[in-house]
Amino acid sequence: MDDALTVHRLHFAFTATFHYLFPQLTMGLALLLVVLKTMALRTGEEHYNRAVRFWGKIFGISFALGVVTGIPLEFQFGTNWARFSRAAGGVIGQTLGMEGMFAFFLESTFLGLFLFGEKRLGPVGHWVATVLVFVGSWVSGFFIVATFSWMQHPVGYALDANNQIVLSSFWALVLNPWTLWAYPHVMIGAAVTGCFVMASVGAFYLLSGRQLAYGRTFVRVAVMVGLAAVLLQLLPTGDMQGRLVAHHQPVTLAAMEGLFDTQQGAPLAILGQPDVEKRRLDNPLVIPRMLSFLTYRRWSAEVKGLDSFPPQDWPSNIPLVYYCYHVMVGLGTMFIALMAVAGWLLWRGKLYGSRPVLWLLMLALPFPYIANTAGWITAEAGRQPWIIYGLMRTRDGVSAQVSAGNAWFTLIGFMGLYTVLGILFLFLVRREIEHGPEQEVQGLTAEA
Amino acid sequence: METLWFCLVAVMIAVYVVLDGYDLGAGIIHLFVARNDGERRAVLRSIGPLWDGNEVWLLAGGATLFFAFPAVYAAGFSGFYLPLMIVLWLLVGRGLSIEFRNHLKNAIWAPFWDAMFFLCSLLLAVFFGAALGNVVRGVPLDEHGAFFEPLWTNFRLGAETGIFDWYTIIVGLAAFCTLAVHGALWVALKTEGAVNERSRAVAKVGWWGVAGLTLIVTGLTFRVQPQVPARLAAQPWGYVFPALALAGLFSMAWFLARREECRAFLGSCAYILGMLTSAAFGLYPCVLPASTNPAWSLTVHNSKTGDYAMRVGLVWWTIGMVLVIGYFVFVNRHFAGKVRTEENGY
Ligand code: HDD
Ligand code: HEM
Ligand code: HEM
Repeated sequence: MDDALTVHRLHFAFTATFHYLFPQLTMGLALLLVVLKTMALRTGEEHYNRAVRFWGKIFGISFALGVVTGIPLEFQFGTNWARFSRAAGGVIGQTLGMEGMFAFFLESTFLGLFLFGEKRLGPVGHWVATVLVFVGSWVSGFFIVATFSWMQHPVGYALDANNQIVLSSFWALVLNPWTLWAYPHVMIGAAVTGCFVMASVGAFYLLSGRQLAYGRTFVRVAVMVGLAAVLLQLLPTGDMQGRLVAHHQPVTLAAMEGLFDTQQGAPLAILGQPDVEKRRLDNPLVIPRMLSFLTYRRWSAEVKGLDSFPPQDWPSNIPLVYYCYHVMVGLGTMFIALMAVAGWLLWRGKLYGSRPVLWLLMLALPFPYIANTAGWITAEAGRQPWIIYGLMRTRDGVSAQVSAGNAWFTLIGFMGLYTVLGILFLFLVRREIEHGPEQEVQGLTAEA
Repeated sequence: METLWFCLVAVMIAVYVVLDGYDLGAGIIHLFVARNDGERRAVLRSIGPLWDGNEVWLLAGGATLFFAFPAVYAAGFSGFYLPLMIVLWLLVGRGLSIEFRNHLKNAIWAPFWDAMFFLCSLLLAVFFGAALGNVVRGVPLDEHGAFFEPLWTNFRLGAETGIFDWYTIIVGLAAFCTLAVHGALWVALKTEGAVNERSRAVAKVGWWGVAGLTLIVTGLTFRVQPQVPARLAAQPWGYVFPALALAGLFSMAWFLARREECRAFLGSCAYILGMLTSAAFGLYPCVLPASTNPAWSLTVHNSKTGDYAMRVGLVWWTIGMVLVIGYFVFVNRHFAGKVRTEENGY
């Protein structure tokens, strides 16, 4: 039984992590496409329309992969987590259903118009289609984050006679305080990915001396939006998320920070390796009292360590939670530094000529993906051993009927399939970047 | 309330089959009706901007089932674990082959994507049919409302059924024929010239298959699941659903002979809707009948969520549906008319 549980968890973790590689780019690019399309509409310059078409193609590819990898997730609630679905379906089915009705329909409809309908719609109509694609993808993000937030912090429910979880307040579900901070944090994370990808492509063009006009536009737009995004990622959204965790899941916070002993004036660990057996942090490099201040805004406040909680309530994989959290925050800090330097150079008009910074921007491409994934793993692994925090243990949520063998079969199948998908994605995007926005024109008018 | 949600879920799934059915059907027939690259692209363009939106109906229907009848969703999805996962892979393969053929204009790969599009569409049609067959036949639910079916055991009906037995295979074949004809009618509607001619020819031949299999499947169903004829006898107004199917079936042949492509296609839609609603009507109040012990069947009453949730759900569902119908009308107007076979379609 426990063995099957592990396979089901791996199964979900693998497919969810892979899926999230695509929506973060689509949601981020959707925002940037609106920016570019608005500039096109206001200046009337064909330059920006070409930029929109170029990124529209990449958006389309990423969207298609988001769709095909998202459908398995929606199914997996039932296939792999049947007992969880049975108990909680009445609540999280609501948010998932609304996501379908309000977001997926909108998005898929207007994406077709956005990609294929530019000529027929005219500039304003095409701008509207762009905005609606953006709205669709961001609304979809909202409902999925609401689903996930409910699992972190269940609200607005009651238990009925058969111990089923039923909804008792719709607005409590939709306005879950957890959602209200997780949503902006997640969306800004997506915007960070979008900006870094755009900046990276722009820097690549500038460094290789091709498509220079587009390279400049991409770098400029991406750095301006990106600087705002990385700052918002830390303050207020990241900070507030941390305080929510401290308030509602103190044991998770202790694991994230590697804090084994309850103490007043708790330090913030910058580096160090948690040793769960000996219950201490090896090689620590800490800022004294910082953690108390960050969580409670008082330098001497008491922060509960893992020793305050029974071990069966500890996250099952403390090192994973700890490292993922530190990777996210560490990368977030570096993003701020990089974007600040790039923004400053842009302002002084020196960015396009400063090759070292362009190199950094170009090479930064994978890191927002890593930060986003690490953030999710922090949240998901930090929630363990609960599938619904405080309400249902993960082991009670799994499909009892599906054996480990069957789950391995499908997990391996997904791994194979997704490897192929990943290769195709990289291949197609690379091709689009090779072609560049300039060539794009002929390609599209032939098709359009 | 739960009856209303049962109807809504049934209708959403039926709409999915009607809409995505023509995409699948187009996939099944395109190798035969479109002989060169230009023609194949015309077929793809006839579904190009629409298939993704059509697929959302599956998701929305699934999510509606999830929230209204969580116990059915949980039992069904975990019980049909293997076929569902395979369906997912096929959906991925289908989506890829459509998108990537468009992106990679490459003579080597085009036939590969075409073959994949064909194969995935075909298998999806068969799997969906077999799934319907399973639901109608009943599944081996235990007293906790859970079950697990392997892909096949000995192909016989009885206690130890698999997903595929002779009955579900026949339903799968019927689904295959129906969707092939449905797709052929769609392609005929959306294209001109040789592709149009060939699609109509396919539809004409296929029609006989559909008619024949309808007879066989109906006869078998009445034996396999006695609840269906019993329900019809108890509530004769329910005959409107099979009547709709029959009317659709005959109008298909009638209008096809008269080259009224649009009406023929609508006839096929009516046929599919009629067949699926008949099945739903025949099963109600069961959502998932148990082949083990009728008392263990999952019905709308013992699998529903709380009443409050159903009431709130109705509010957002209605708002959402109005919006969806709005988009649907808008897009189909926008992409109305025939696609041309040359390079510049839209
Ligand atoms: C580009 C991506 C990215 C970056 C740079 C950051 N985050 Fe983040 N973070 C996410 C992407 C993300 C995320 C993927 O969006 C998560 C996962 C789940 C969620 O709600 O958001 C998340 C969750 C998350 C959580 C909740 C963990 C839990 O629920 O257990 C906290 C406390 C923070 N973040 C804090 C921060 C801080 C203080 C950052 C400092 C710069 C930061 N994040 C940068
Ligand atoms: C917001 C939508 C999401 C929901 C509703 C959700 C839900 C779930 C569920 C039901 C499980 C399985 C039960 C469990 O192990 O607790 C799970 C596990 C997991 N998910 Fe998510 N997930 C979401 C998004 C993501 C994303 C985007 C990622 C990765 C980038 C992710 C990573 C993981 C991981 C790593 C696990 C395994 C945790 C463990 O077993 O230790 N999830 N999630
Ligand atoms: C367990 C968790 C998840 C499930 C069940 C899920 C489900 C889905 C499904 C079914 C699709 C395809 C929709 C279509 O046909 O258009 C999809 C795409 C999408 N998902 Fe997820 N998803 C999950 C995690 C996430 C997360 C964490 C986010 C972001 C915060 C997200 C954002 C999106 C977006 C924006 C799309 C639209 C397609 C795209 O932009 O690539 N999803 N998801």
